[in-house]
Amino acid sequence: MLTKRIIPCLDIRDKRVTKGVKFQNNIDLGDPIELASKYYEDGCDELVFYDITASAEQRQIDIDMVAEVAKAIRIPFAVGGGIASVDDMSRVLLAGAEKISVNSLAVKQPDIISEGARAFGSQCIVLGMDPVAVDDTERFPSGYEITTRGFRERTGIDALEWAKRAVDLGVGEIVVNSVDADGTRQGFEINLTRMIAENVSVPVVASGGAGCADHLVKVFKEAYADAAIIAGMIHTGEYTIPDIKRDLDLAGVPVRKQW
Amino acid sequence: MIAIVDYKAGNLTSVRLAFQALNIDAEVTSLPEKILSAERVVFPGVGAAGAAMNRLNELGLTEVLKEVVNKGTPFLGICLGAQILLEQSKEDNGIACLGLIPGTVELFRPPDPLDKVPQMGWNSVAQCKPHPLFDGIEDESEFYFVHSYYPAPSDNEWVLGRTSYAGVSFSSVIGRNNFVATQFHPEKSGRVGLKMLENFCKLK
Repeated sequence: MLTKRIIPCLDIRDKRVTKGVKFQNNIDLGDPIELASKYYEDGCDELVFYDITASAEQRQIDIDMVAEVAKAIRIPFAVGGGIASVDDMSRVLLAGAEKISVNSLAVKQPDIISEGARAFGSQCIVLGMDPVAVDDTERFPSGYEITTRGFRERTGIDALEWAKRAVDLGVGEIVVNSVDADGTRQGFEINLTRMIAENVSVPVVASGGAGCADHLVKVFKEAYADAAIIAGMIHTGEYTIPDIKRDLDLAGVPVRKQW
Repeated sequence: MIAIVDYKAGNLTSVRLAFQALNIDAEVTSLPEKILSAERVVFPGVGAAGAAMNRLNELGLTEVLKEVVNKGTPFLGICLGAQILLEQSKEDNGIACLGLIPGTVELFRPPDPLDKVPQMGWNSVAQCKPHPLFDGIEDESEFYFVHSYYPAPSDNEWVLGRTSYAGVSFSSVIGRNNFVATQFHPEKSGRVGLKMLENFCKLK
């Protein structure tokens, strides 16, 4: 049976792993290669790295770091932040990443999705989206609006409409990162995740709000997520990946138990 | 020396790094003479079957690959590199492939829409036959898959391992003797994947 993936997220700033709430108050969590190796040894199923300041500083992603990660771990990982072109995608993939995550760029320039999918295959192109709950259901039938640039900008785009369009353009996977739940550790936003998962043909990764194993159980069982991103709950050492997998297994969620 | 066949069908960095992690000499190449003289051949690939077959033809590698297999050089196909070994892929209304294994390549058509296509993630492999590729690897171990199509050999003789997804039990490891292929990515499947690559390097 296909198992549910647990994906630690490493936000990178100045070559260090950092964690903030809603992109504010960042604290230093250590060296990216060391943390990636630790989570790999602990049995995570995949990893994702976001170079969170690359776009704002208008610089390219740290390719040396991508290459070091690729040498250290033998599982797939995705990289996002600072991707501005198909050439940038190519450099990241050749350094050893399996997937590229595009977010703000794809909103501004949707063709980057189809160009990337044509050049490297849909399985390499992940859409990251940051929807926020809104009241105006006339303009936003799904009840969620896409934000960009680390939640700083509203786009006027409906979340579900955008997800469907991105699949048509060729993304192979969608990471749904709830702005409202991000960093709260109060649980994933179930309705949002389920709505996207039920309405697109590609795998959906839930993101934002993971605080305990029960939150993961819920997002897998009730929102039909294919994978879930976790950050704070393991970065602080409060939970380990084996703890989380044991709890998921006990709750009847299929997980990879040996590595 | 292992030749990792480069035919511009996806990224070969992970394959190269996996052999590097095992301290095994491997070279990424599209040169026929290097592939023909290699001790072992690894044939990876992701993407579309039609584009891949075109590139193999352009690079003059179609016959080279058949020759390598026919003369008994240990050979490992991975993902698209496994699918292309069959006779025909159902992609784009039918693509003629290498025909080294009888059968076709089929598209997942999940009865449950929540079974997503591509299949992406870790799924278990049931070992149908003993094979040295499985040495030291537990039955039902999980490997990393990313694919929308799957190999469907017409003769069970060729099926070494099976995996269930989207309502089918498909052939995830195929081959015979030292000619083998996996639908999953051993190079991205952690320790168990490395073990399988190491086993491949011991095939005579």
